[in-house]
Amino acid sequence: MTQQPPPERVRVTGPPRRRPGGTRTREIDAETRVGAIFMGSLLGEQLRLALRILATLFLTVGSFPLLFHLFPGLSDVRLVGIPLAWLLLGVLVYPYLLFLGWRYVLRAEANERDFAALVEEVER
Amino acid sequence: MNAAPGIVAVTLVTLATLAIGTWGLRISRTTSDFFVASRTVRPGLNASAIGGEYLSAASFLGVAALLFTFGADMLWYPVGWTAGYLVLLVLVAAPLRRSGAYTLPDFAEARLGSVRVRAVCSLLVVAIGWLYLLPQFQGASVTLTSTIGAPDWLGAVIVALVVLANVTSGGMRSITFVQAFQYWLKLTALLIPIAVLLVVWAGDGAPNPADVAGTGNDLWSIPLGEGGTEGLYVTYSLIIATFLGTMGLPHVVVRFYTNPDGHAARRTTLVVLGLLGVFYLLPPLYGALGRIYAPELAGSGSSEALVLELPRLMLPGPGGEILTGLVTAGAFAAFLSTSSGLAIAVAGVLSQDVTGRRFGDRRLGGVAAFRVGAAIAVLVPCLLALSSPDVGVARTVGLAFAVAASTFCPLLLLGIWWRGLTDVGAVAGLLVGGLGSGAAVGYTLVQRDATGWDAVLLGQPAAWSVPAALVTMVVVSRLTRSRVPAHTGRFMVRLHTPEAVPLDRG
Repeated sequence: MTQQPPPERVRVTGPPRRRPGGTRTREIDAETRVGAIFMGSLLGEQLRLALRILATLFLTVGSFPLLFHLFPGLSDVRLVGIPLAWLLLGVLVYPYLLFLGWRYVLRAEANERDFAALVEEVER
Repeated sequence: MNAAPGIVAVTLVTLATLAIGTWGLRISRTTSDFFVASRTVRPGLNASAIGGEYLSAASFLGVAALLFTFGADMLWYPVGWTAGYLVLLVLVAAPLRRSGAYTLPDFAEARLGSVRVRAVCSLLVVAIGWLYLLPQFQGASVTLTSTIGAPDWLGAVIVALVVLANVTSGGMRSITFVQAFQYWLKLTALLIPIAVLLVVWAGDGAPNPADVAGTGNDLWSIPLGEGGTEGLYVTYSLIIATFLGTMGLPHVVVRFYTNPDGHAARRTTLVVLGLLGVFYLLPPLYGALGRIYAPELAGSGSSEALVLELPRLMLPGPGGEILTGLVTAGAFAAFLSTSSGLAIAVAGVLSQDVTGRRFGDRRLGGVAAFRVGAAIAVLVPCLLALSSPDVGVARTVGLAFAVAASTFCPLLLLGIWWRGLTDVGAVAGLLVGGLGSGAAVGYTLVQRDATGWDAVLLGQPAAWSVPAALVTMVVVSRLTRSRVPAHTGRFMVRLHTPEAVPLDRG
């Protein structure tokens, strides 16, 4: 690295960047192809998130009837005297649902923050 | 049978409901705009209100009775009714709030720009609302007959009158307080008695209900124990109906409008998930204790009164009577809150689309129309309840969920997530889902003892009627592609973008 002192600060001025149609929110308002891409990415992101959560729900809670149907032996399993089905469906499923919902809310809000940051940023 | 605790409980709940309604009304007078004021309801209060409205007779009495009679299979009812809110949260909550729609017909009209879709939706709201109200009134009659030996029409009539008084005098703000109060009342009314009863049970040496389940049904603790493939179908169909039906219930949707914005709608739904989860821990305990202490109720046809009878059976004397009074109060709160919510939803639709069709002056000229609508909304199912035999609270509510899942669920899902939906496609799908599930409901309510695969398919229609409605909507929409509304893009912006971003939302 060279030992030169840092150049003096200069104020740079120029024509305003916020031309009509220049920012991304205006692209969306005008329903241009660029605006459609921004909207499409938000929609796709949120839908993928929703489907991920629902798939998790289906693969876990939704698989119980099939599991109990295929493996009748599960019905005899007891934990602390409580039949497994009652423990799973009567107690444990509720905190699990809450956990899935909580994860969804955090991610969905993060997606929205990303979207807001993206479209409100001035186009360069 | 000592009638005093029951009478005191019913009177107190009725008075408290009316008093809180009036108090809330006074608060709401201080704000300039009634409906905008409603939009400031915070997630905690709003979630309590949703819980209070949602936990109906089916949850308070029906779940324990079903678990008691049929065993672990029936746990899918409360699980489905809770998981329905998770599905609603991830697919519908925030966009529905951002749509600005007050009712489902409002949403359909705003999204598709079609009066015809609106008319079909209004019809369905009324149908689902009445199907859901019917068991509430019957449950009220069961409760009063069981606890104070009243004639079997009295409960339905009292609930109908109190609901009418509350709905016609109050607005959304006052109802919010009433409903929130009733959630906590219902929770307390199940929690305190079961705590005492568990102490009694422990004092008796804590026999395991799974071991004494020998009263003619050894499969009690086994899910799908006797059903085989049919049982598997019924369970999955019930899962589809309850998971997807919640978002289509008219009284649930109205509540989302009172959230300040999309974020709050999500947070509210999350709190609802927690509140419902806590509540639904309790009915299974009643069902399990019932197997030990009240086996004679199981086949007697009055199993629905289990929650009300159990305290007296386990704890004879004044203690049991007080607990009976408490659960009676909770049960009555359940009928009142759910019926009020449904009556508001149905009356709102009736007054918008039948009595006063003009848009925009709902508050001024619409008051009389709303009252007439409320009277129709309450009296028709009340008369039906009085004239028809007991249909089983939880099962009838289950059928209402199936109809909601087959009609409004596809409409909301496609309307929110798919630009290609058209008005013709929506109407076609609503008709297929509504007629299919409706025919199944009618058949099941009339032919209650039928067996075999056709009875199974009709008794729990959601597994075929929901896909049928979805596919119809998509296919017909593709065929009528030219009718996609011009404002669809802008409406999608409104549904999905956070309110803080300055965008043109149409």
